[in-house]
Amino acid sequence: MSSNVKAEALAPEAVSKQKYNYKEIISVGMFKENPVFTLLLSLCSALGVTSSTFNSIAFGFMVLVCLIITNTAISLIGKYTPSEIRIPVYITVIAAVVTIIEMLIQAFFPDLFAALGLFIALIVVNCIILGRAESFAGKNPVLPSIADAIGSGTGILIALSTIAVVRELIGTGGINLQFFSLRLFPQQFGIGFFVQPMGSFIVLGMIVGIITSTRLAKARIEKTKPKAPVAAKA
Amino acid sequence: MHLFSLFIGATLVTNIILSSFLGLCSFIGVSKKSSAAIGMGGAVLVVITLSSAITWLVFNFILVPFEIEFMRTIVFILLIASLVQFVEMVMKKHMVSLYKALGVYLPLITTNCAVLGAALMNIDRGFDFATTMVNALGISVGFFIVIYLFSTIRERLDLAKTPEGFKGAPIALITASLMAMGFFGFLGLG
Repeated sequence: MSSNVKAEALAPEAVSKQKYNYKEIISVGMFKENPVFTLLLSLCSALGVTSSTFNSIAFGFMVLVCLIITNTAISLIGKYTPSEIRIPVYITVIAAVVTIIEMLIQAFFPDLFAALGLFIALIVVNCIILGRAESFAGKNPVLPSIADAIGSGTGILIALSTIAVVRELIGTGGINLQFFSLRLFPQQFGIGFFVQPMGSFIVLGMIVGIITSTRLAKARIEKTKPKAPVAAKA
Repeated sequence: MHLFSLFIGATLVTNIILSSFLGLCSFIGVSKKSSAAIGMGGAVLVVITLSSAITWLVFNFILVPFEIEFMRTIVFILLIASLVQFVEMVMKKHMVSLYKALGVYLPLITTNCAVLGAALMNIDRGFDFATTMVNALGISVGFFIVIYLFSTIRERLDLAKTPEGFKGAPIALITASLMAMGFFGFLGLG
């Protein structure tokens, strides 16, 4: 199942067409091949930072910005990089961008830096960034690569915020963004389990399971539709 | 005694997978069979221990004297990538049977966040060399234990009746959650 999806990720239909369909590239990264929910990449950050909605939205934006910059840079140098050493080159580019982002966050948002800690530096080994560089940006021109980065980056942002909203809502009874807060029930009735590490696994597992089930159900419905005329012919 | 409690802490209490969320990609990806899990666990054990030693030495004897500590992420990831390549070459030449067992999993380790995470964690906490080594060993033994246990659970899980949509990764994640709950009980040890 997962290997099937991965093979799809390596050769999206949009790539083979000479004319790039930007809308499709973006929506594929966002929904059809959502990095967290369907490809199961960048799980570490998906679980590590999502105990608070504000932090995970901030982290999602960091990944998005990082992905846009690295995809742009790599699609520019892609043609001139010998293919034997492309992975080290890509990793160096990514590490440089991540270091810059880390230092900027440390300087301007010290609270956020303290909360996210190690996970900012670990964007370097976030599979999705190297994955997009390797499977898309290295082979395609700049504009489609940026579209691809926006798609996948927004996909991560959506996934992280979904997990975080569920966790924080059940765990603490409300959502606290710095500028806006919502309370469903008093904090003392929150289920602490969901804010703790083990809660994150179960939330992600349930979300992925529900999405896969919905997809299977949809596929089953679509399968039965075109079969009817074929059966009639036979 | 202090080192021993650190080792137990790194192995069980703050387990790298179940409570620090590092190395999850390989945890979910390579735990379908217990033989593969042993291979991955062994490879990670070797690489985390070696890379923690080397990154500690490079950080304290090269980056600190030149005052370029901010370069640590770039330097560490390149060190880890070349170390993995080097380990692979040495194994291919001298430990053929081990190489055949670990072969496929070695290149994957470069992007395993547990390795970079362990190296950065040791530096962040300001450990000296001996403490770093004990901590790295504890982390990697913890990784090995958890990925092996998890793979044996998953082998049995294959035989269980699972709803269609939950087969594979989703049920594995839910199992991991139950396992994390079990490991949460070790908190009393720390």
